Amino acid sequence: MIRVGDAARAPSFPVAARRALGNAQLRRNVRHATEVIRNKRAVVVSEMTDWQDLRDSAHEIKDHVLRHLDFYLEQFEDNCTRAGGRVHWARDADEANRIVIDIIRGHDEREVIKVKTMTSDETRLNVALEAAGIVPYETDLADLIIQLGEDQPSHIVVPALHKNRAEIRELFLRTMKLTALGPEPQDLTNAARTFLREKFLRVKVGFSGANFAIADTGSVCVVESEGNGRMCLTLPRILITLVGVEKIIPAFGDLEVFLQLLPRSATGERMNPYNSIWTGVRGGDGPEEFHVVLLDNGRTIVLADEESRETLDCIRCGACLNACPVYRQTGGHAYGSIYSGPIGAILTPQLQSMQHSTSLPYASSLCGACYEACPVKINIPEILIHLRRRIVEEKGAPLGERLSMKAAALAFADSSRLSIAQKLARAAQWPFKRDGQLSKMPGPLAAWTASRDLPAVPAESFRDWWKRERGKS
Amino acid sequence: MSAEKAEILGRIRAALGPRHDTRVEEYAAIPRRYRQASELGAEARLDLFLSRIQHYDGGVFRCDTAAIAGTIASALSDRGKRRIAVPAGFPRDWLPDGFEFVRDENLSYEDLDRSDGALTASTVAIAWTGTIVLHHSPSEGRRALTLVPDYHLCVVEADQIVETVPEAIRRLRALNPSLVTTISGPSATADIEMTRIKGVHGPRTLDVIVVG
Amino acid sequence: MLISLFTTCYNDTLFPETGKAVVRVLERLGHEVEFRSAQTCCGQMHYNTGYVTDALAIMRHFLRVFDGAEAICIPSSSCVAMIRDHYPKMAAESGDAALCHQVDALLPRVFEFSELLVDKLGVTDVGAHYPHTVTLHTPCHALRSLHVREQPIRLLRSVRGLQLVDLPREDECCGFGGTFAIKNADVSVAMLADKIDCIRETKAEVCAATDNSCLMHIGGGLRRQQTGIRCMHLAEILAATAPAAMPGSPAR
Repeated sequence: MIRVGDAARAPSFPVAARRALGNAQLRRNVRHATEVIRNKRAVVVSEMTDWQDLRDSAHEIKDHVLRHLDFYLEQFEDNCTRAGGRVHWARDADEANRIVIDIIRGHDEREVIKVKTMTSDETRLNVALEAAGIVPYETDLADLIIQLGEDQPSHIVVPALHKNRAEIRELFLRTMKLTALGPEPQDLTNAARTFLREKFLRVKVGFSGANFAIADTGSVCVVESEGNGRMCLTLPRILITLVGVEKIIPAFGDLEVFLQLLPRSATGERMNPYNSIWTGVRGGDGPEEFHVVLLDNGRTIVLADEESRETLDCIRCGACLNACPVYRQTGGHAYGSIYSGPIGAILTPQLQSMQHSTSLPYASSLCGACYEACPVKINIPEILIHLRRRIVEEKGAPLGERLSMKAAALAFADSSRLSIAQKLARAAQWPFKRDGQLSKMPGPLAAWTASRDLPAVPAESFRDWWKRERGKS
Repeated sequence: MSAEKAEILGRIRAALGPRHDTRVEEYAAIPRRYRQASELGAEARLDLFLSRIQHYDGGVFRCDTAAIAGTIASALSDRGKRRIAVPAGFPRDWLPDGFEFVRDENLSYEDLDRSDGALTASTVAIAWTGTIVLHHSPSEGRRALTLVPDYHLCVVEADQIVETVPEAIRRLRALNPSLVTTISGPSATADIEMTRIKGVHGPRTLDVIVVG
Repeated sequence: MLISLFTTCYNDTLFPETGKAVVRVLERLGHEVEFRSAQTCCGQMHYNTGYVTDALAIMRHFLRVFDGAEAICIPSSSCVAMIRDHYPKMAAESGDAALCHQVDALLPRVFEFSELLVDKLGVTDVGAHYPHTVTLHTPCHALRSLHVREQPIRLLRSVRGLQLVDLPREDECCGFGGTFAIKNADVSVAMLADKIDCIRETKAEVCAATDNSCLMHIGGGLRRQQTGIRCMHLAEILAATAPAAMPGSPAR
C-alpha cells in the first residue's frame, strides 16, 4: 500500500501544533537550528550573482524531467543495467520494502548499514527489516540519535534538532553501553565514530537513498557531509539504493546546476564535504552487487495533477522549513509526517490522494517565504491554495466554513447586500462590544478573541460616510 | 518487462497524457543563464582555492614539479605521519625517502584503517568551493583508500584548478567517469545543537599540495 | 488625475478611517477621487481558502465595477497581490477570452496606495506632520509579491516630526494569513507573540503598515496585552497635518 511514514494515523495539524507549542525546549532548539542555517544560507547565497538564474534552470530541468519521466526512467535503467547495476521497480512502500528484504535474505545477511534517506522513512523500511529479522544501522549522526532514541525526525536535513547534547549523551551512554562519555558535541561525535566504524568495516550490505539519478549515464549521486555515506556506498559487498522516481535528472552535466543549489540551500555551505557519484559496479572498487529500487508510492498520483505537479521538483534541501515562520514555531513533529514544513504540507497529502493529512494545506499563512527560499522554485503557496481548492471541491471542508463562505460570496456579489450585511453585523455585535472592541466572541471568532481583541464594526462604514459627505457617487 | 515496471510506466503515461516527441528540443531550450566560465585570472583562482582549503582548516603547500617529493615529505612530517597508503598508479618519483609508503594493491580495510593516511593525485579542483575532485584513476586510487585512513594528502596540479562548478563538471563529463568523489574539506556534522564538528567518518584532516 | 478608490471590503466595514485618509491625501495632492459604490471585495478570502468559483464571481463583479477607471488606488497590499497574482490565472482558467482581455487591461491601472504615490505620481513628501515614533511592518504580500518595501519608508521619512524606527526581523510574517488566524489560531498567536516582541523592542508609539489585515491582528494582540502601542494604516499617518489634529481612528 501507499504509505508516507505514519502520516495516515497522525493527529490534525492544529492539534499536534498545540502540543508542540507547549514544549519550550523544542521551540528553542528549532528556532536556534533554523536561524543558524538561515544565516549561513543567506551569506553563501548572496555571494552568487547568478542565484536566480540557477533557480530558473533547476526548475526548468525538473519540469522537463517530469514531462518525460517515462523516457528518462527507462534510459536510466538501461544505462545502469549496462554498467552492472540491477534495477527494480516498486509500485508502493510495501513492494519496495519486500524487494530490499528479499535481496538481503538472498545473501543470507542479517545486518544493513544505512545512509540517511527520507524515502526509506516514507516506506517505513526499518520496521519491515526488523520484522524480517534484519538489523538496520542508521549511520548519519542525527538518524542514529533518532534510531537509538526510537524517535521521529523533526527536520529534513537535521532530523534530531529537537534533542540537546545532554539528552544525546544520556542516550548514547545507555544504548552504546558506554561507561564514560564527555558532554561536548565533539565527544558525542567521537563516540558515534567509534560505534559505527566497526559496523562500516564489518557489515556486508549497504543501503542508501539518492539525491540524483542520472539518466544519460545511469549513475547515482549522493550528497552528504559526514562520510557515513561514502562508507556505506563503498565498503559493503552489496549496495541497495532506493530512489523515488522523481529523482531523475536528464544528464550528468545537469549536476552543475544542482550541486550549486543544494548545499547552499540545505546547510549553508558552498559545497558539502562529500559527493559520491557511481555507475553500476566497478571491479576492485566498492560493492560487487548494486541494486536500484525505483519507487512510485503515490508519486504518479502527484504527477497527474498538472497544477501541483512541481511538488515533485523537490530536492529535499529543507530550505523552506528554515524559512517558514510556522515551522519555526512548531518544529517538524506537528506535521505528522516525515516530510514536514511547507514542502511536507503539500507533499504528504498529495502522496496519499488527499485522503489523509488534509489539515496540512491550511498549516500556512501563505507568507511566501518558502517560495522565495526554494532552490528549484516550487511555488508552494500556490500549491497550498490549489490543494485547499481540491478539498473544497471534494466536499472536504467543514460545513460551517462552507456556509460562511457562501454567505460572504452572496454579500460580495452586490454592494447593497454588503451594506445590509454591515448593518446586521453592527446590530449583532452589541452584546459583545466594549470600548470599540470585541474581546470575547462565540463560535469560530472565539479562536480569534481568545488572545486578540477584534475591532467592533464602527457606526458608519466608509461607503455610508462617502454617501453622506459626497452625496452621490 | 516486469508487471511492476509496466504498471508504473502506464501510470506515468496516463498522468502525462498524449505528448509530442519534442524531448530533445525541449531539453536544449532549457535556459542556462548562470555563470559557466571563469572570471578570475590563474593566480587569483589559485589563491581563492588555497584560501578555501584553509577555511576548511586544511593545510596548503605550493611547489614546482621538481620539489614535489620534498614538499610531500614536509607535509607528512608536519602532521607526524609515517605509514602512508598510496594508489598503485601514484608516480614513484614523487615519493620521498624516510616514510613507509604502502601500495594499495588490494589492501584490506583493516590495513587501510591501520595506516596513518593516504596520498593521492586528483582530477579537477574547484576554487570557488574549495573542492577536490577524484575520478579514481590509477593515481587517485579506489574510493576506500581516501576514506578509511584518518588523513588525506592530495596533490593538485595548478592547471587542474577551475573557478566554477560548471567548469569542473564539464571537464569531468569529458572523461566519462564511472566513479566520482568530490571532497570539500574534512567530513563534518552539525547534527548536535548545530555545533559544527569537523571530522566524523572520513579522513579528519585534509592537506593539499598545489604543484606549478 | 481621476483616481478611483477601491477601499476593500474590510476597510469599508471595519476601518473607514483608512479610506477617508486616502481621500484626504490624494485630494490634498490635487487629484480627484471617485468611489464607485457598487464595489465590494477582490475575492482574496475565497480564493485563498479554496473557494475559487466564488472568487471568480467576485472578480467578475470587480471588473465590471472598475471598467474604464483611469487609476485604481487600493490601500491594502494583499488585495493588490490577489489581483496581480491570481486574476490572470483565474481568467485564463475560465477559458473566457474576453475576461482575459479585461484583466490584462485592468492590471496596469491597479496600484497599492504607497506605490501610487511614489511610483506613479512621483511624490514622497505629501505634506504630512506626525510627531511620533513609528515602526513599519511590511506585509508579506507587499514584500514578496508586490516588492513594495521602500515606498512606505520613503513616504514616512518625509513626514515632519516623525521618527521612523527599524523593525527587527521585518521580513517575518506576523501570523495573520486570513483564515489561518482562525483555523490555526494557536500558531498564528505564537507568530504574533514574536512580532509583538520585535515591535516592543523598537519602543515605537505606533506600528504602521500598508495593510489593515495584518494590523487588525497585530493591533488585537497589542491591545490585549495593554502595550499602549497603536496600529495605524500608512494613509492615516500621511493624512495627518497638524500636531493636534489626530484623526479619530479606531484602535485595532
